[in-house]
Amino acid sequence: MIRVDIRAKFFGETPVLGPVAFDIAQGETVAILGPSGIGKTTLLRIVAGLDDDFEGHVERPARLAMVFQEPTLLPWRSALKNLTLVHPDLSRKGAREMLARVGLADKERAFPGQLSLGQQRRLALARAFAGHPDLLIMDEPFVSLDPATAETMLALTERLIAEERPATLFVTHARAEAERLATRVLDLAGAPATLHPMPDRTR
Amino acid sequence: MTSRLGVPALSLLGLLALWIVAATLTADPQVLPQPFSLVAPFLSELRSGELAYHLGQTLVRVLWAFGLAMTLGMILGLLMGRFERLNRWLDPWLVVFLNLPALVLIVLCYLWIGLNETAAIVAVTLNKVPNVTVTIREGARAFSPQLDAMARVYGMSAGARLRHVLLPQLAPFVAAAARGGVAVIWKIVLVVEFLGRSSGIGFQIHLYFQLFDVGMVLIYALSFIVVMLAVEWLFLQPWERRARRWRLA
Repeated sequence: MIRVDIRAKFFGETPVLGPVAFDIAQGETVAILGPSGIGKTTLLRIVAGLDDDFEGHVERPARLAMVFQEPTLLPWRSALKNLTLVHPDLSRKGAREMLARVGLADKERAFPGQLSLGQQRRLALARAFAGHPDLLIMDEPFVSLDPATAETMLALTERLIAEERPATLFVTHARAEAERLATRVLDLAGAPATLHPMPDRTR
Repeated sequence: MTSRLGVPALSLLGLLALWIVAATLTADPQVLPQPFSLVAPFLSELRSGELAYHLGQTLVRVLWAFGLAMTLGMILGLLMGRFERLNRWLDPWLVVFLNLPALVLIVLCYLWIGLNETAAIVAVTLNKVPNVTVTIREGARAFSPQLDAMARVYGMSAGARLRHVLLPQLAPFVAAAARGGVAVIWKIVLVVEFLGRSSGIGFQIHLYFQLFDVGMVLIYALSFIVVMLAVEWLFLQPWERRARRWRLA
């Protein structure tokens, strides 16, 4: 169970997030929908534990994975090493299988710079799922892709989530994406941003 | 091929030609001997083992000082680039040491530590650490925050983060520091030997300086330049090519 209970988040004097509270059960996929600049990435960074400077409390499991807006790979290491270095418990065989699952079976020796942007994103997805995460966080994972590539990524993500069943939290500004992947959609709006409608749970 | 080997070779031949012309015009072997007149004394130094002995002594000092300066400079540079508070405290020291003349540090080390090997290596190391620190600090400031976030979310161990996330980002800065480092260090080692050691190229140059023997000064200086070129071509450049492989792929 992931429990997010943020009371407030400030950048300097400016309040960015108001009260934002929700739970995510294992196997559930929650989408946070909102326009650019509303504070979606800020919210994700707090949930991921990258930002401790907020009022409130977040309960998260130990095994986290995150897919960033950019692929954020290690450009100086091969595709295979990008999996095994980040997950020391992952065997080379396991890493090869993971690459095959995202359609990069023949790319294990390639450096990220030799892959297309779509392939880099699939490698980032493979890295996220290779650790069998309890919580998967995705920050606009399909942004700035052409429609065909975005569709491939979406289908792949859908399949991997169905197979691994992590608790998933992702943000997007595209309602179609949110409704296709998520079991629950929450809207983030206002300044400071809060959830609309408030989840049924009252505190 | 012309560009990779031909041009450097031609340009070095040009330098040799310039030397021959200058020596011919000077017409005084006491001031500037002809290059070919140095061959016989060079061979006799080589046969007697003198040249190899002093080259070896200097090379060992260069390696010690280089290793120490790079290690200390990288640790300091990394810390100062990563932690702004520490940087604010240490930066004034860095400016002081950057502007302290090499000669002052050498003399003080000999006075305080004594005329020994430790003092020599400490003096050279202290001269080089500030430069390495400044270069590495720039690299540490340019670390990618995205990769940092990635390493934190996935809980990469400190060792793995250093080896696979931080050091590869630092590689161009390490190469720059090492490149500049080797060149500066061997020059300072020569001064250190000149002032207070009884072996090494610097000591031999001091000896032949007192005998006004320009030929022997040139032989020792040029021999060491050749050794340093070999280090550059056999170690530094291959390492750099390996570290840069992913950029060219």
